[in-house]
Amino acid sequence: MADVLTTPTSGRPRLAPPQRERASATSRGLRTIVVAYVGLLVLVPVGVLCFKTFQPGLTTFFDALRDPDAQHAFQVTAVVAGTSVLINMVFGVAVAILLARYRFPGRRVLSAFVDLPVAVSPIVVGLALILVFGPDGWFGPIANWMGLTVITAKPGMVLATVFVSLPLVVRAVVPVLQQAGVEQEQAAASLGANAFARFRRITLPTIRVALAYGVVLSLARCVGEYGAVLVVSGNIQGETETVPLRIGNLVQNTLDTNSAYALTFVLMVISIFAILVGALIRRRRRI
Amino acid sequence: MTVQLEEAPAVDPAGAPVASGRRARRSARTGLSLGAASGLSLGVVVLWMSLLVLLPLAAVVGKAFGSGWHGFWSAVTQPETRSAVLLTVVLALLVAMVNAVMGTLIAWVLVRERFRGSAIVEFVIDIPFALPTVVAGLVMLALYGSDGAGPDLFGTRAGLAVALLFVTLPFTVRTVQPVLIDLDRDSEQAAASLGASSPVVFRRIVLPQLLPAIASGTALAFARALGEYGSLVFISSAIPFKTEFAAQIIYSKLQDSDHPAQATQQAAAIATVLLLASVLVLVLLTIIERRVARRG
Repeated sequence: MADVLTTPTSGRPRLAPPQRERASATSRGLRTIVVAYVGLLVLVPVGVLCFKTFQPGLTTFFDALRDPDAQHAFQVTAVVAGTSVLINMVFGVAVAILLARYRFPGRRVLSAFVDLPVAVSPIVVGLALILVFGPDGWFGPIANWMGLTVITAKPGMVLATVFVSLPLVVRAVVPVLQQAGVEQEQAAASLGANAFARFRRITLPTIRVALAYGVVLSLARCVGEYGAVLVVSGNIQGETETVPLRIGNLVQNTLDTNSAYALTFVLMVISIFAILVGALIRRRRRI
Repeated sequence: MTVQLEEAPAVDPAGAPVASGRRARRSARTGLSLGAASGLSLGVVVLWMSLLVLLPLAAVVGKAFGSGWHGFWSAVTQPETRSAVLLTVVLALLVAMVNAVMGTLIAWVLVRERFRGSAIVEFVIDIPFALPTVVAGLVMLALYGSDGAGPDLFGTRAGLAVALLFVTLPFTVRTVQPVLIDLDRDSEQAAASLGASSPVVFRRIVLPQLLPAIASGTALAFARALGEYGSLVFISSAIPFKTEFAAQIIYSKLQDSDHPAQATQQAAAIATVLLLASVLVLVLLTIIERRVARRG
């Protein structure tokens, strides 16, 4: 997963392909296959979606966004995604520092657990959280005693979102920390800097770019999470309905596909924007 | 969270002397021992991860076997469930195989055959990765739905396969690409100068070096396809024995308000099967990575 997320895609100057003339027929064939496959699989469907969004006219588009339920969904999404990204930042950096700098029993296990959410179905994530934090769950009585509703409320949605986006910050930061080494911090320590000063003045500047990249990825993921939040939130309109949930409800229950397309278009713009920012960050400093 | 970087203490926070010899040498090579502050932050992190990841997943397995092996087995072997799980596994395998071939091809073209417009292909590859699953689902519906612009794949297995190919497109490409960029081309040129044709050079020299990356990308795509929900749910229309897939059947069990307790147990049983498959894939990945690390 780490490779998928943080692969530098451009970089070192390439050698001129040898035997360019002889291979040109084959290579033209390969290029055509690749462009056709990627185009048909991704570009055409995305283009059709844009077309369908604006086919009924701009007023339909803006009406769909102005709908009070839609507005509320945007608010819920902003709160849940914002909180989740903050939590991811703090714990992501802590886990990354531990994994990159220290050796302790269970380090491998911790590393494996960080990657696990990538391979777990979002629906299973939701079910798992309900079994622990739900009213009949292991911690249900404790949460109840504390007056805290976790499932079918925002805390549960945040937990689900954090679970799903757990590896993004960690996997962006770990390679940078490993590459940077510990010499600077040891020097600072020998000059009397305390742990907090060393973190703020040395570690943080080192990982700044990588952290920004991880945060952008994790923001895109948190805004769009569907399956896990669907199970955990209870999908209550006007209460726990996020934008992705609303899209699902519009398609499946209300059959109001035009409004669904409008909201989908907004989410798509956000994620494409995130890719662009990510690419810019990657280009600025190879991470 | 703080970083404790004073010289490695001779005793760990619990007071036990740090093992000397092999273990100490290993820690000198790969990292520092824990000090008091970092020990504390490790504790907090482990607590957090246990609450968030470990306990919930354990709860799923516990629930699945809550009424014994028999309960688990009868839940998993219900005809509708068995058909859905089988469909999911077969589709995931199929999609993973297509990805292994097409992903490698795309990575090859992007690295070795730069052409005008390859930057655009590069950008487009990232789109399925960043798009929310529900957006991907609606994108599929816009093209392949009943009133879509393309062929009508609504409620067909072909529709599910196309949606899965869409969401898993970047995995193999992005794992193979960096390996291909770093590949030393001397041996390829040597082979070519000795008269090997390009297909032979690719099969005998390039492919063996790419295999670990292809395997790990394909494994990730397989795991993702197993658990996928949002991008499939619209196009599938949940026809039992035809297009109903594993994650969908788990969700519909959770919505069952007639026998909530039994339905939850059954949902947990199916979830355990999926979890087991995921863990298997992760273990496989680690083995591959370790083998590569030993070789390189």
